[in-house]
Order: sequence, then structure tokens, then C-alpha cells
Amino acid sequence: MKDVAMVGANMIKFGRYPDKDVVQLAADATIGALKDAGISINEVEMVASGNLYQSNAMIGQRIMKEIGATGVPVVNVTNACATGSTAFREAYLAIASGMYDVALAIGSEQMGKMGLLGAGGGNRDYSTEGVMGTGLMPGVFGQAGVEHMRKYGTKMEHFAKIAVKNHKHSIHNPYAQYNVETPLEDVMNARMIAWPNTLYMCCPTGDGAAAAVLMSAEKARQHTTNPVWVAASALTSDPWQERNPTMFDVNTVTRNAAKQAYDQAGIGPEDLTQVELHDCFATAELIHYENLGLCGDGEAGEFIDRGDPWVGGRIPVNASGGLLSKGHPLGATGVANIVEIVWHLRGQAGGRQVENSKVGLAHVIGLGSACTIHIIKK
Amino acid sequence: MTQETASEEKKRNPIVPFLRIPEDPKQEPYLWGSKCKACGSVFLGERIACGKCGDTDSLEEVHLSGEGEIYVFSVVHQSVPGLEAPYVAAIIDLPEGVSIRGNVYGLDPEKPTPEWFGKKVKMYTEKVRTDREGNDVIAAKFRVLN
Repeated sequence: MKDVAMVGANMIKFGRYPDKDVVQLAADATIGALKDAGISINEVEMVASGNLYQSNAMIGQRIMKEIGATGVPVVNVTNACATGSTAFREAYLAIASGMYDVALAIGSEQMGKMGLLGAGGGNRDYSTEGVMGTGLMPGVFGQAGVEHMRKYGTKMEHFAKIAVKNHKHSIHNPYAQYNVETPLEDVMNARMIAWPNTLYMCCPTGDGAAAAVLMSAEKARQHTTNPVWVAASALTSDPWQERNPTMFDVNTVTRNAAKQAYDQAGIGPEDLTQVELHDCFATAELIHYENLGLCGDGEAGEFIDRGDPWVGGRIPVNASGGLLSKGHPLGATGVANIVEIVWHLRGQAGGRQVENSKVGLAHVIGLGSACTIHIIKK
Repeated sequence: MTQETASEEKKRNPIVPFLRIPEDPKQEPYLWGSKCKACGSVFLGERIACGKCGDTDSLEEVHLSGEGEIYVFSVVHQSVPGLEAPYVAAIIDLPEGVSIRGNVYGLDPEKPTPEWFGKKVKMYTEKVRTDREGNDVIAAKFRVLN
């Protein structure tokens, strides 16, 4: 496999754009990424476009028609919440394989006020939601956190502290949907969505787009003296587990992907300088501290109590404010958290900058399940 | 509407395929699944192949116990429109080695506590709605055993 450089990175502010369509949002993000790379659309040799809710509508080609339909291969990717990061991986593989020198990854989504998301759907008369347990995301991730409570005695406060951290981080992120500080008392007393997650412990839905330009090493040197590198790209699906699929298992996919990613990069979690992980709910972030090896099993409660994952702490997690603040436009999320890492590695992250960051990990999980981990380094 | 016609043909339909409602009203509804004789894994309902080992030839139907215990739970406060909330949404381990999602009754949803882990629960069935053809839709629910 060939080395893959990231030369262009951009995202739009996540939020709600009722007056724009998803192609306009994606085009906006993509043009910014191309400018950042110092190239035009004419130099792009392949495009991977991630979008979930409109994935049957040739979003990638429509973006090209908006910004320059050059006739190159375009692949439309969908993989639940890992849609954007799977598109990024397709672009990565296109370069790593040696077939192309310049690839573009785009993630986009327009959700508006979509509200509660769940797997399933189908015949409403025979929906089991609320009469035979729950498949909606707040309850599913509530149960995942409650499993950690059962194993290790974790308290609701531990999860709530994560929301406090991420919302505090977000006040320095102009790209986040919300920039609102939420003290512990407010998080604990906010409206309960699905125990133990209150409103401020759940990510909002919204609209967003992000894009990345990837290049072979030779090509990258023509455009920049200072590229960042994709040191690892891992994608896993969930292996058989005793309670899965009755109870979605978000742990094993992440652990398997982490092992592959650390092996590929030739590093361990102790070598990371920052992490952007998939905090769709506060409960998810806590269990992923252990799944990614940022702390030992059963130590995630102490990890947050000590302040380790704060910017300025031992290993900053979600300096962006995470999905809890940034929002989670599904197809855009996976590209956007890689963009965030790139900005930090370049020292462009403004008030939320993780000082002297050298190696960042971006983690995304799509339920059902798909997990991607990318390690980006200077 | 043709309610009289509907009531004549009204059926009691299970909400999920792995709940069976015998035609004989004297027989109790029950949960069923498939067991892989090659590796021993148990699944809810019918299977084409074993999701663990891939075996296609040795799946056999098994009758699942209606009694199990709470593995984990959440209390859902905000749900889809028209559903009563809050409710306790649990993952219930059945003794046959398979788990099922279920609403659990007999617990105070306003006071979730680790004491609920491992609580013994028993299945019962209840009509939860009427479908478009006028049939009863029957769900499996769970009640705490004291």
C-alpha cells in the first residue's frame, strides 16, 4: 500500500439550513477543501460521496454537476453513522492502491429537525417500539451505558461530566451547531430522554457537510511542503455476539477496529495526542474510552473524574465539542471529525487548539454495525 | 367502516414472528427460536443459517422459556408520538442462551436503580393495537416476579 497524504480539509458550520439543499451544502464544503489543497476540481481523479438519507439519489454526481462534472468515477457510500468515514476510506483506498493520485471524499447530510432515530421502520401496525423494548438510539445507547454501570458501578454523574466537558469545549468551535456551556447541575436536571441520558447528553440532528482531498506522496509534494498523513484506516463490522442483534454491541466493533488501526500505524493509544470519538450520546463516549484503550477496562469513570479527556488533560477527547455540541448530520460526521484532527495537527484550531498535537485518532460507529478508525499524523 | 365484517374475520396476530399464538385458545402463546446443533447458538425465530458458525443444515426449532432475567435496561422518556412513556426498556436474557428486548412492568420508571440487574421477569401477552385489517396485534411483555 502506498502512503496517503491529506492536503485539503474543510467543513461548513453544522446547523439547520432550511433554505439550502444538501448538494449546495456539500458543494460549499468541497470547494473549500479544494481551495485548501490548492487545486481545482479538474485535478480530482475519483470521488467518494457519503450520504445516508438521500443515498438513493446520486448525491455524489449531483455535487459534481454543481462544482464541475469532469466525468471521473464517483461512488456513493452509505454505512449508517459511519457513512462519511467509510467514504473517506474509499478515497484513501483509491490512493493507497496506487490506482489514483488525487481523490476527494465528501460527507453530507440534511436532516433538519428529524428527531429520534432508530433502526427498523417498516409496517407501523407491527412496530415493536415501546411495546417490546426499544430500538431508538437514545434507549439503545442508554442500555450500552447501563451495561457499564452493571459491570463497574459507574454512576450517571460520570456520563453527565462528559456532556459538561464537550459542551465546554464547544464554546471555542465556530463550526459547532451549539456553543452553550452546560454545568453539571444543568446536565443532571435537564429533561430525561432515555435514562441515564438527559437532553444535553444526546447529540442534536441537523445539516452539515465536510470534504477532504487526499493525494499520493508524490502528488502531495507538488502542492504542499507540510502534508498530514493517513497512518491508519480501519473498518470493521460486528462479529457474532451472544446478545447481538437483540442488543447492539458497540464495543466489540470498536475494539477490533482500534486494534487494526494501532497495528497499521505501528503505535499504541499512549502515542496519541488527541481523539475525536463518536459521542452520539454521553454514555457512548465513556465506554469508548476503554474500547479505544485510552484507559483500562473499568477505569473510564476515574478517567473522566480526573479530567484526563479535557483539552489540557492527559489525552484530549472531542476538543471540537463532539457530536453532542457539533451536531450529527450522519453522512457528514465521519469526514468532519477527520477535518477537525487535521486542523489541530496544522495548528489551525483556534481557541480549542490542542497544543503541539502530532497524532490524532478519529472514530465513528454506525449502528448495525460499522466502525471506522482513522489515525492521522504529522 | 366495515367493522362487523372485520370482527368476523378478526385474528390475533403476533407482533413479531418469534411469538407464536396457538389457534387453540386454551394453549398459551409462547416465544420460539432456532438452535444450531453444530455450535449450540440460539436465535429468535426462524433462521436460514447460523449467524455464528454459518452452518445451514442443523438448525432446529426450540421452544423458549417465558421466564428470564433483566440484563440491562434504559427508561425511555421520549418516544414516538402515541406511545405511553416513560417505560422500562430492557434486554432480557432467557435461560436458553438468547436475549430478547422487552418492556418490563412492576418497576417504578421514575426510580431506575442497579437493583434491577438480574431481576427475574415473566412473559405475558397483551393486545397493543388493531392493525389496518382489524386484527388484534399481540405483543409479548414482561412482569417482574417477586
